[in-house]
Amino acid sequence: MKYAYYPGCSLECNSAAYDVSVRAVADLLGIKLIELDDWNCCGATEYFSQDELTACSVIARNLALVDPQLDQLVAPCAACYLNLKKTDKLMADHKEMGGKINEALAAGGLNYQPGRVQVRHFLDVIFEDLGETAVRDKVVRPLSGLRIAPYYGCQVVRPITSGDNPEYPTRMDELFTWLGAEVVDYPVKAHCCGGHMTQISEGQAFELIRRLLQSAVEYKADTILCMCPMCQLNLDAYQRSVNGHFNLNFQMPILFFTQLVGLAFGIEPKKLGFGKEIVSSKGMLEKLAKQPAGA
Amino acid sequence: MATAVAGVKGFLKEVVDATPGGERIVHCLQCGSCGGSCPNGPDMDYTPRAIFAMISAGEREKVLRSNTMWCCVSCYFCTSRCPQEIPITDIMYSLKRISIAEGKATNTDAPALARTFTDLLDKYGRSFELGLASRYYLLNKPFAMLKMGPMGLSMFTRGRMALLPTKIKRVDQLQAIIKKARELGDAS
Repeated sequence: MKYAYYPGCSLECNSAAYDVSVRAVADLLGIKLIELDDWNCCGATEYFSQDELTACSVIARNLALVDPQLDQLVAPCAACYLNLKKTDKLMADHKEMGGKINEALAAGGLNYQPGRVQVRHFLDVIFEDLGETAVRDKVVRPLSGLRIAPYYGCQVVRPITSGDNPEYPTRMDELFTWLGAEVVDYPVKAHCCGGHMTQISEGQAFELIRRLLQSAVEYKADTILCMCPMCQLNLDAYQRSVNGHFNLNFQMPILFFTQLVGLAFGIEPKKLGFGKEIVSSKGMLEKLAKQPAGA
Repeated sequence: MATAVAGVKGFLKEVVDATPGGERIVHCLQCGSCGGSCPNGPDMDYTPRAIFAMISAGEREKVLRSNTMWCCVSCYFCTSRCPQEIPITDIMYSLKRISIAEGKATNTDAPALARTFTDLLDKYGRSFELGLASRYYLLNKPFAMLKMGPMGLSMFTRGRMALLPTKIKRVDQLQAIIKKARELGDAS
């Protein structure tokens, strides 16, 4: 199984734990990820707020750079994933716009035919292309006894769904059931983390982050697992500020789902980027270590 | 983008033309699912439902000076729930663009953040968080920057903050594409 791989800017540095754990898990599952050569930033939500045609052209450069031998592009970041997918769909549905985007690409000697590349999230690759048996086969350290809160956020499940439910997604829930974890069924798993609001209007953002942390605590989760670097950053790096703002004392470890998949597969925590999170996950790891293996 | 929908004119036509699939806006039932679904709905001057009625009524100035679109963080709950399949989040993007272009977004720092972000993208081909944070905060909210210190340090000590930007190899190719896209956008 070979896929083009688009890490995106966050995974280069601030969410390096996501990048290394995606690569480690892919390697173990026999998924070959070939990093897109010379990829550029997807523009997040910021380019669309200013100039739609340029936003799409910047994104389409990445689609055009995909090796002609490959037809699938894996993007672990929710914003990158949606931007790539949305641009492909926009070019297919709106021919005039698609024509202009290709005119812009031509200025750089590139061309992209909509539909040529299928944009995938890494969770969907594991869920759809491998599935339960292949995943269960690799489990050497079941996550039994660990209560995990799967957090889907927004842009992977909405507005263009890959098959999961946009209101009540369950793919990560199912995956972690295969890995032996106790999956927390909490009501805010596809609610918003505030996105870039932490930079613009922190009061608004902090309230959204508080609701997520509060719900996970009420459901006695040991950790919240993210599939988006922005969600992880908001919940982890701003947790101290949220505590200060509301006079609360959350100590919830926020990890990437691939870090826990890797643990269940027996990969060393160090190789999965553990220790890069700001709210320590030591307590959670100790709890897991106390569980009898295979329980 | 040219769209021909009977009876659509004025500000409504402007918004429809600026949004792929925007012609769906004329089908709004005024049900309010959008505002009810919005995590920031309570903070909006007008909920999307009201904004759509105002767009139809030609209340251009009020709409473009409102904070509504700046409350939108693209969670797409409204888009996903709209029974009339109106691309609400995309319409919010159109309102942001028109408002920025006319300098009417005076009640938010969002345009400054967006501009700083894309300037760095245009220059390097990648985003650069330290450059983004320092420029954006220094120019827009210097006092907030002090509060960011402890968090920045935590990020740095965990190897989560780069001190230098990464530049892509063919940044000239990207810049040629951006230049052409801008020309095409200005021409239409």
